Amino acid sequence: MSECPANLKANPLLSRWFRLDERPLMGVRSGKVELGQGATTALAMIAATELGLELDQIDIMPADTLHGPDEGYTAGSFSIEHGGAAMRWAAAQVRELAAQAAASVLGTTADQLVVEAGQFRRQGHNEGVTYWQLRDRIDLEVSALDLPAPVLHGGTIDGKGMQRPDLVGKLSGAGFIQDMSLPDLLHGRVLRPDHPQDRLLACDEAAAQALDGVVAVVRDGHFAGVVARTDEIALSALALLRRSATWQRQADLPPDDGLNGWMDQASPLSTCFLDEAQPGPSPAIRHAARYSRPFIAHASIGPACALAQWHDGRLQVWSHSQGIYPLRRQLARTFGLDHDHVNVTHAHGAGCYGHNGADDVALDAALLARAVKAPVMCLWTRADELSWSPFGAAMRMELSAGLDEAGQIVAWNHAVWSPTHLARPGFGDGVNLLAAGDLAQPHARPPLADAPRPQGGGDRNAVPLYDVGARKITHHLLPQGPLRSSALRALGAHGNVFAIESFMDELAALAGRDPLEFRLAHLSEPRGRAVIEAVAKAAHWNPDDEGGEGHGRGLGFARYKNLGAYCAVIAEVEVAETVRLVKVTAAVDAGEVIHRDGLLNQIEGGIIQAASWTLKEAAGWTQDGFKTRSWADYPILNFSEIPAIDIVLVTHNGAPSLGGGECAAGPVAAAIGNAIAHALGVRVRDMPLTPERITQAIHA
Amino acid sequence: MGAQGQDLTINGTAVTLSVDGDTSLLSVLRDRMDLKGSRIGCTEGYCGACTVLVDGKPVQSCNTPVWSVAGKDVTTIEAAERHPVLSEVQKVFVDLQAAQCGYCTNGIMMTLAGLLGQSPRPDRAHILAHLDERHLCRCGVHVRVLKAIDQLLAQSGGATA
Ligand code: FES
Ligand code: FES
Repeated sequence: MSECPANLKANPLLSRWFRLDERPLMGVRSGKVELGQGATTALAMIAATELGLELDQIDIMPADTLHGPDEGYTAGSFSIEHGGAAMRWAAAQVRELAAQAAASVLGTTADQLVVEAGQFRRQGHNEGVTYWQLRDRIDLEVSALDLPAPVLHGGTIDGKGMQRPDLVGKLSGAGFIQDMSLPDLLHGRVLRPDHPQDRLLACDEAAAQALDGVVAVVRDGHFAGVVARTDEIALSALALLRRSATWQRQADLPPDDGLNGWMDQASPLSTCFLDEAQPGPSPAIRHAARYSRPFIAHASIGPACALAQWHDGRLQVWSHSQGIYPLRRQLARTFGLDHDHVNVTHAHGAGCYGHNGADDVALDAALLARAVKAPVMCLWTRADELSWSPFGAAMRMELSAGLDEAGQIVAWNHAVWSPTHLARPGFGDGVNLLAAGDLAQPHARPPLADAPRPQGGGDRNAVPLYDVGARKITHHLLPQGPLRSSALRALGAHGNVFAIESFMDELAALAGRDPLEFRLAHLSEPRGRAVIEAVAKAAHWNPDDEGGEGHGRGLGFARYKNLGAYCAVIAEVEVAETVRLVKVTAAVDAGEVIHRDGLLNQIEGGIIQAASWTLKEAAGWTQDGFKTRSWADYPILNFSEIPAIDIVLVTHNGAPSLGGGECAAGPVAAAIGNAIAHALGVRVRDMPLTPERITQAIHA
Repeated sequence: MGAQGQDLTINGTAVTLSVDGDTSLLSVLRDRMDLKGSRIGCTEGYCGACTVLVDGKPVQSCNTPVWSVAGKDVTTIEAAERHPVLSEVQKVFVDLQAAQCGYCTNGIMMTLAGLLGQSPRPDRAHILAHLDERHLCRCGVHVRVLKAIDQLLAQSGGATA
């Protein structure tokens, strides 16, 4: 790397990234936040490596819009790819600044020095000088752009036996935003309807206000909430509001047939973004199929939470948002404030897999806190968490292709219909925070858009990596569906890869070829071939295994976003009354590995979550509103359903680091679908792949 | 039920709380006792994030009214140092980094400490059935939790199957 990374260029002041404490600690602050996958530990390890410090000499400071670097969102596996590159460069520059200071103290030149555990020494000498002794001689108020390109060390840290500092605390006590306490903290709850199209008309505010311990009942347009001395009192007051509430239904919902039938009535914004269709001889065999996935819930284990406090017209918010800077701008816009009158400080939440309710509850907390003179913690209920957090978008994929006489693919069509996968606050003109549209002075939502290509949203991974002749790929962006959708881990890649890789198996069967051989015969990309070959070897792929009698194995492959990590998966299933996922083997090439154990943990988690989506999960609705109001309505994979997992890391030295948390989602879905087809001889093309759907397919 | 004195023992200390008996044990622990290691998850008895030990048995504190634990012994994760089985469980979880966000983890550790503290000690299948019924994890950290269970069973000298 010879050029200053983009995130550092945008935030070049080194003091935004580092603070040299009086304690023998180096404060490190990234703009990337901890979402539960250990990103801040990986970033701290990068900093430690470049600075010549031990990990326990690093103090990971919370991301904060007043003091830290603006690195946008922590999303899309970018924390290490982008945030890591910036951190590495900046840390190396700080080391070089310190080395120069050390050299003048030690009467030598910087190139004669080594640094270990924070101490600079001349090679072969014992005495030296530490960062902290050099504190007054190191000026961090300098721009990275005014310093020369540093020498970068890099390298993998195994991390086995290494403990994430944040986890050590959480696993013995407090550690999450829900655990925060501030002097005079009050507790807030907000009233949300049971139907996505309902709006609050009236509720008995006086009854709630009369409850002992209620400090304020807040009403602004269709928004209502309570602030109380304790959360229990707030909940009782909320129950009073709910019981007395009258709602206005703005629209009825289309029926939910579980197969995205509602999409037939929606008018899409269609883009055919790749059209190589060339006239040619018509292929010997043509095949077409349609696939689907439903809306999927984030279903965080912890409820959305935020704290807010107003002081002299300034707003301080604590949030587990993925994007504290965009949130700050959206809050400023909602309240008509200057940006620098709003500060958002990040606090850890429960595992976050995309755009959940974190940003919405931050506005809720700010609205409630405005009515009182103290800080307010606002929590969402479980029911709201499961229905008002944005969902991963439903998808429909239609594929068709031809096979020539030699059994090679000659033409490929892929069309995908889906509402947006990216409605994060801060994208587009408008305010995308739930309550903003409910206020007496409402803020409009931004116009309909999806994540732009090349990464894409609904069209993420819609272009196959295979050599398939002329390709035609169309993205039909639908207006908001019956449920509100936004980013969920992997976005459209889960549905598109499920479709492409199921379809590859169907084509292989029509051509009478082994699915593994068929894929390799259509793939020239060397890193893609390498992971497929690695997974085949690790899982002992046998081309002659006929499957059947309820036992099957299937393959799935993709390069995440066609830009990120490569992942190939083989799933083994046993299908009887239920589908038992016996084993998942994955081969992943995520470029340079920073923290091996952390990456493995993320891939494991990604595999299990994707298996859960694929086998069990669907968020639906009825004419009465949301169908998922408690965990009883939304089962996820449980402990006895967990497969054995074997992960092979295919390393690729020198290739830049690519996040690993999302790459398995599509391949896992496809591998399971293909394994079920291999076991039963019939294919289920609509997720979730439930026993009922399998039975239907058998009897169809 | 109005506010009245509730006598119980929390992490070895006898306390008398002036609180409505219907108040959940979870909110007593978190809000009155400032013991935040028991998490607010669903507060409906599904996810297990709030699990504590009552007289050594794992109990979901969110749906346990405080009157029902009067005179009983409540143990939370904060008492790990004084509770040999719990501290062993915690050590194995930290060693194996058997967590991602860690939100579900303390509840799972409490359940394991409760089950492994029983005699005769339950087998792996029994433990899994118990976890299936009372614990959820969204980060997908199950594989490591299962590894932790196997290691704990092996450490205490039993079969792992
Ligand atoms: S919080 Fe008690 S079971 Fe979920
Ligand atoms: S580790 Fe995050 S919910 Fe289990």
